[in-house]
Amino acid sequence: MYTFSNRLKIGAIVLMALGIVGMGVGFVSVPSTPEEAKAMVAAHDDGHGDSHAEEGEHLAEDTAHAGTADHDAAHDEHLMHQLQNRPWSAVYVAAFFFFMIALGVLAFYAIQRAAQAGWSPLLFRVMEGITAYLVPGGIAVFVLLVLSVMHFNHMFVWMDADVVAEDALLQGKAGYLNPTFFLIRAAIFLGGWILYREVSRRLSLAQDEASDNRNFVKNFRWSAGFLVFYLVTESMMSWDWIMSVDPHWFSTLFGWYVFASMMVSGITVIAMITIYLKSKGYLPDVNDSHIHDLAKFMFGFSIFWTYLWFSQFMLIWYANIPEEVTYFVTRIEDYKLPFFGMVALNFVFPLLLLMNSDYKRINWFVVMTGIVILAGHYIDVFNMVMPGTVGDQWSIGIPELGAVCFFAGAFILWVFRALTKVPLQPKRNPFIEESRHFHY
Amino acid sequence: MASKVIHAYYNDDDILMQAVKKVKATKHHIEEVYCPFPVHGLDKAMGLAPTRIAITSFMYGCLGLIVAIVMMNYIMIEDWPQDIGGKPSFTYIENMPAFVPIMFELTVFFAAHLMVITFYLRSRLWPFKKAENPDVRTTDDHFVMEIEVHGDENGLMTMLQESGAVEINKVEK
Repeated sequence: MYTFSNRLKIGAIVLMALGIVGMGVGFVSVPSTPEEAKAMVAAHDDGHGDSHAEEGEHLAEDTAHAGTADHDAAHDEHLMHQLQNRPWSAVYVAAFFFFMIALGVLAFYAIQRAAQAGWSPLLFRVMEGITAYLVPGGIAVFVLLVLSVMHFNHMFVWMDADVVAEDALLQGKAGYLNPTFFLIRAAIFLGGWILYREVSRRLSLAQDEASDNRNFVKNFRWSAGFLVFYLVTESMMSWDWIMSVDPHWFSTLFGWYVFASMMVSGITVIAMITIYLKSKGYLPDVNDSHIHDLAKFMFGFSIFWTYLWFSQFMLIWYANIPEEVTYFVTRIEDYKLPFFGMVALNFVFPLLLLMNSDYKRINWFVVMTGIVILAGHYIDVFNMVMPGTVGDQWSIGIPELGAVCFFAGAFILWVFRALTKVPLQPKRNPFIEESRHFHY
Repeated sequence: MASKVIHAYYNDDDILMQAVKKVKATKHHIEEVYCPFPVHGLDKAMGLAPTRIAITSFMYGCLGLIVAIVMMNYIMIEDWPQDIGGKPSFTYIENMPAFVPIMFELTVFFAAHLMVITFYLRSRLWPFKKAENPDVRTTDDHFVMEIEVHGDENGLMTMLQESGAVEINKVEK
């Protein structure tokens, strides 16, 4: 049985406390009037104008300044909304990111079950521990969505009836993209995922005590069924929760793109937690070959992510249709560093660091690469949400880091608490012997 | 060089693996093992040096990438620039996204094909080459371990017998 070390527990609680402070600072410092917003942005420019001169941001700021004289009130109000959105978006991105990790692990786990994989049963308890976060993480995201519907923020402009009234495109989409149906869908997605997680966990534990393999077979059927449900709902979830922050824009492979991101983050977290537990003397039967396999998946899915990132980009770049290309124009103009930086973090680093077969077995190497991958995929979610909600008023500052700290702390607390509940090694999984002798 | 070797026949890869480890442990030199299919981990058990084909593969991939870049630069930018879809081909970097699929494909193409060719050359395989395996059964269901004989021949024979060999032949090579 795993015992949650006090140091880790305190560390997680400190992270959460710091996070609450950070998020609080973010919410307190939003402007409440357009004038205040204007003054904030102007003060920011005075302080940082010089230091940013080389980053190209300066140019954008200058052009914004040139228009200051005939700045109309509408623009100031827009600016205020963007600044007001910032702490909400920061919380939303972090909440979704950690939820996405748990969901990615759930999908990976279901694939292992449905494929009846022989190498992975030793890691099932770790995966089940991570998917335990699906409940609190899902509730956090759902609460944020409900608050958006209740107009606490303006992250999703299509929720604003005044905006829809003046927008023919949004009126056309209103049959699908309306607050009620949106929340019903979210509830169905979350309900289905959590249901599978609980059923599969129960069957997995029952298998340990059983005298035959009935639970194992049932789990196989549930997992196969879940994967069908998941592939449809995951795709719709990505349209609803992420793509709809830019409600005019759409991409047909968006669901896959988000899927790649969640898979690679999820597998990375499995590898990191496994290595952590192993370093503490748990999971004695997990060997280098298991880590090697996880690292192979990290490597493979990183390339898969890049493939989708580029596929989405190239088709839109080539076709150059104004409605589509705005998506990348905003990202390349206002988000140049995070947008291209994440390709380095998510593609170049894993490609070069994990290419060598031997490096995939070196634990600290996998952990270091994992940290790079997780940072890169946080920025990926950031790039997907922020341009639609805060525009060029983005920054990775106290509200963003606070939100990441808070959800990271909650994630660690919840996942490791779930790990303490049952033995870390399944007893009667029919493939446990194969997994124990797994050798590459 | 005339030397005496022993051919020990096995009909199961697991038994073969055990036998290889046993023979290695007694410091006998295994010349070669002939298998109908690749046996996982056999190279390590025999103590062969790790393969360097992965390194050549990486270099071939880099070569393919460079060829793709030079080729597309010549074709699309220097030799015959065209205005496709409102994107005039003035510089390579501006048109780079359109060339990425080609860069990717040629990287894979070069890495894969040159790696196979390297493997053939290194294994001295070419069309119409006469097979080197000592027994046709190694292409069907038997494994043959070839061991050089030094000193205690009888001891080696009994050990092979015990290791599960189905047939043992002494051969002058």
